[in-house]
Amino acid sequence: MKPSRVPMIVTWAVILFFYLPIVILVANSFNSSRFGGSWESTSLKWYIRLMQEDDIWHALQNTLFIALSATLVSMVLGTSAAFALHRFAGSRLQKLHYSIIYTPLVLPEILMGLSMLLFFVALKVQLGLVTIAIAHVTFCLSYVAMTVLARLQDFDFAIVEAAQDLGAGWWTTVWRVLLPMLAPGILAGGLLAFTLSIDDFVISFFVAGPGSTTLPIKIYSMIKYGAPPLINALSTILLVITFTCVIVSQYLTQQEPKAAK
Amino acid sequence: MKAQRRVRVFEWLVTLPSLVWLLVLFLIPTVLVFAITFKPATPYGGIGSGWTLETLRTLGNPNYPAIVWRTIWLSVVVTALCIVLATPMGYYMARISPRRRQMVLLLVILPFWTSFLVRIFAWKVLLHPEGLLKQLLVFLHLCTPDTSLLYNTFAVLLVMVYTELPFAILPIYAASEKFDFRLIEAAKDLGATSFRAFRAVFLPGIRVGLLTAFLMVFIPSLGSYVIPDIVGGPTSEMIGNKIAQRTFVDRNLPHAAGLSALLTLAVLIPMITITTLRRKESPKDALREEGV
Repeated sequence: MKPSRVPMIVTWAVILFFYLPIVILVANSFNSSRFGGSWESTSLKWYIRLMQEDDIWHALQNTLFIALSATLVSMVLGTSAAFALHRFAGSRLQKLHYSIIYTPLVLPEILMGLSMLLFFVALKVQLGLVTIAIAHVTFCLSYVAMTVLARLQDFDFAIVEAAQDLGAGWWTTVWRVLLPMLAPGILAGGLLAFTLSIDDFVISFFVAGPGSTTLPIKIYSMIKYGAPPLINALSTILLVITFTCVIVSQYLTQQEPKAAK
Repeated sequence: MKAQRRVRVFEWLVTLPSLVWLLVLFLIPTVLVFAITFKPATPYGGIGSGWTLETLRTLGNPNYPAIVWRTIWLSVVVTALCIVLATPMGYYMARISPRRRQMVLLLVILPFWTSFLVRIFAWKVLLHPEGLLKQLLVFLHLCTPDTSLLYNTFAVLLVMVYTELPFAILPIYAASEKFDFRLIEAAKDLGATSFRAFRAVFLPGIRVGLLTAFLMVFIPSLGSYVIPDIVGGPTSEMIGNKIAQRTFVDRNLPHAAGLSALLTLAVLIPMITITTLRRKESPKDALREEGV
């Protein structure tokens, strides 16, 4: 009996569905007409306009500041959490620890956003860049912990014992053996945290204060209140950046097993 | 004895940083949402002192049952569509050559990593009254020039499926990859049709992946807010929109808290059910799937 063609057709139809709006968006960013309906002429006019928007550059600075600080803190907390979850798996403390790390991954963002806003309001904390960064650490932590935990599953702890048998102290073992071997996992988690932080809109919007506009908040207000051609151009730039990052990181992780052999 | 105590201390040492962070910034705020539901709102948008049942009374708003109902059925339809599309994709991706598989996987992951707002905006451009799709449909006489593709429930549904689909594809693909396809050959040798083998052998085989996909799509869908806000209209509002309106438009935080408390309860029920179902299945598999 011949295998059914349905799965193949569905797959390629979905992929077409994924890329159709993106392709049109990119094409429109080079269209000098204000609305995408007709093609006036090919131009870089919207890109040049974009360069002159100071607000966007300021928002980008805020976004990068938040993303870098949230990534660093969540990498430290997440790695230590993953280590605890793996090393002491099965203990009652770790069962509790696991559920509190897992829940933020599935909970809708809006719940986390509002609950943190209420928390900051109740404590009379001034809303701003710091509150956004704190909120970002809270959700990035879980992603880093899960990524590192996945790496730890294939980690051979005999190496740690070997190091200790050879006279390495506790600190040396962690610093010279464990961390370098886990580095790819920690970096992958960090990269994920950085991307999620840069892209986050809902949680940031809830805990943002005056003067702490991030790039997604800026894009949201541009979508809501006009300036479509500028967002086309800005979106295209963001698309090029993320596509390059993903393809490069895919390439790097594919090379890795070969290098290990 | 002493060594054992040192191990205990070490366990607490590596557990405490993340545990304390999440207790203070995740668990306490979540409980706080329930508490603030019973607090009065102050006229300038803060939270008053004392306790009141005022919010509970206003939650009886006659508009709310319709919105709650819409939130649930939209999420159910989105989840069903995502799983129906993702299952044949998982099947296909698990059966092609590793080189091709790598390429298809990359094509699926790319939009998943792309800015969420950019993807929603791309649909707004495409569905725009002067956009390409509308002109094409009018040209093909499939719609009249005054039908609106934007600002309705259809647009919300379409864009929700678009953004949630990767969350269904990845766990279903992960489960399909581990599935032993010789079982399908065996079923066919025993006289099953392709469809019967798919339904009676493949689907039960990837059960864990299907459950994870359900969880990953259904729960975030219940909390959707940005999509109905950008491509939806007044007739396609969901609970998330109401929470945002109470927070940003009328600044009534206890009321927003009341709606959030309701949503939290709605989310916990499917979450606990699925997690226990999956634990029974195979705890190790579940752990791996969550790593996606």
